[in-house]
Amino acid sequence: MKYSLNIACQTSALSGLRSFIQQALVSVALNDNEKHQVTLAVEEVCANLIIHSHGCNPQDSIQLEIIDSAEKLIFEISDQGKAFNILNYKSPDLKEVMLEKRKGGLGIILVKKIMDEIEFESENGTNTCRLIKWFRS
Amino acid sequence: MLRIEKTTENHSEILSLFGEVDASNSVILDEAIQELVDGGSKSILIDGKNLEYISSAGLGVFMSYLEDFQENGISMKICDLVPRVFEVFKILGLDQLIPIYKDRAAAFAD
Repeated sequence: MKYSLNIACQTSALSGLRSFIQQALVSVALNDNEKHQVTLAVEEVCANLIIHSHGCNPQDSIQLEIIDSAEKLIFEISDQGKAFNILNYKSPDLKEVMLEKRKGGLGIILVKKIMDEIEFESENGTNTCRLIKWFRS
Repeated sequence: MLRIEKTTENHSEILSLFGEVDASNSVILDEAIQELVDGGSKSILIDGKNLEYISSAGLGVFMSYLEDFQENGISMKICDLVPRVFEVFKILGLDQLIPIYKDRAAAFAD
């Protein structure tokens, strides 16, 4: 199965994004906890793009594709903004986040801990971040 | 959607969170906590019974107060998180930094 969604680059679009993912995941082989976590990871990547790559400009958009195959779930998040390669960002230490009172950085830790694989590519002005979760049965 | 109810119980200010905290509304949580601090509160309890979802934007709000609270002797506790939300705190290790209790009674007893 394959699902697609276009997301306007504003933070108010995030709750619709969550509903869309929850709908798409209804019959996939993950438990409720795992569904909740992958939804969070996808939202974290999208929120980062909306805020940091697109400056919350609702004229811009992000494309999400969810591909549900027999053995894994793939979330493909594409945009045409400033490339944000999550793989180049070292997960900050939790103590660092606390001492610097940084409100960012936690999202990247979550994405890296929740997802099994993360891929990033930038080609012809389109950046694609692929988040992969393997089914364990 | 996020709604916050403020009450007082056992000499603690309680913030009960209803709904979802994400990047669109985490500022509301931030303002609610800041307001208690400005009002001189020394004991804050976050009730998560009706908190269905929290993203890093909301978790970051809690994190951003920890050091100041430590320095100024302000206690912040969290109680009654639903299991899937509690899991997210655990993934980040926030359960090691913020005391989390199963319900209000347990939070007050400690």
